[in-house]
Amino acid sequence: MKTLEELMALRDAAKANLTARDDSTELTRVVVGMATCGIAAGARPVMNKFVEETAKRNLTNVTVAQTGCIGMCQYEPIAEVMVPGKEKVTYVQLTEEKVARIVVDHLVNGNPVVEYTVGAIAK
Amino acid sequence: MRELSLNVLDIAQNSVRAEASLIKIRLAEDTKTHTLEISVSDDGKGMTPEQLDSVRDPFFTTRTTRKVGMGIPLFRMAAEMTGGSFDIESTLGAGTKTTARFRTDHLDFTPIGDMCSTVIMLVTMNLHIDFVYERQIDDRCFTMDTRQLKEILGDVPLNEPSITAWLKDYITENTKQLTEV
Repeated sequence: MKTLEELMALRDAAKANLTARDDSTELTRVVVGMATCGIAAGARPVMNKFVEETAKRNLTNVTVAQTGCIGMCQYEPIAEVMVPGKEKVTYVQLTEEKVARIVVDHLVNGNPVVEYTVGAIAK
Repeated sequence: MRELSLNVLDIAQNSVRAEASLIKIRLAEDTKTHTLEISVSDDGKGMTPEQLDSVRDPFFTTRTTRKVGMGIPLFRMAAEMTGGSFDIESTLGAGTKTTARFRTDHLDFTPIGDMCSTVIMLVTMNLHIDFVYERQIDDRCFTMDTRQLKEILGDVPLNEPSITAWLKDYITENTKQLTEV
């Protein structure tokens, strides 16, 4: 059974880790649409996958956040990736599998996955 | 929505947008009378009586990106199609409370689904808001209060991966215990 005592131990371990982080790099932002349209289309597992994958790869320069309706409800789940100094990339009709690839190709290696973008799908 | 937990996530987003500082989510189930009551209450900016009248209308929304607002109508429908009921109370400047009552033995009852994911998402994506999550099954109850967790954590945020993982297990295990004999 998880206890609050355990949480205290985790806090101390996490504290050491926090100070070790490098804050000098600019943050890449991932925002996932979490309005009714997004949620109904499966935004929750998509958002979870982004959080899990970025944590697993220790991508401390990436923040994952939520936003409301982006205005293209038929293409939900939608996520926007904003890398400093680069044009915003909008990914549509996301699944957990697509997210895994976006994290590796785009967030880690800097190559947007063109076939999952709104430009490729909304023809 | 495939799970009620998704409706809850959606309704709680309204509270987030209403600039709440405390959001309470409560699921109370009575296995003898086959009823479930879900309530989401907040201390956000609330609504005027006119706005309150119009939120049940799917063609009312305060957003500008699209012309429909399906959150409340979908939640209401999920409750009413089981023979349950739906209520929303709001006071301008004081907050809003949404309550849906379900008959769990009705054919059209939507499963509760993954409430843990809903709570984790709300808590980790809105660090500036406090959440109380209460899950009651008959006379057993589990309560998670982020104010208590934050007091222990100090400046370590709840979205720190190791802390989020702990919270997930904490909610899952405690919820499971509610139904164990």
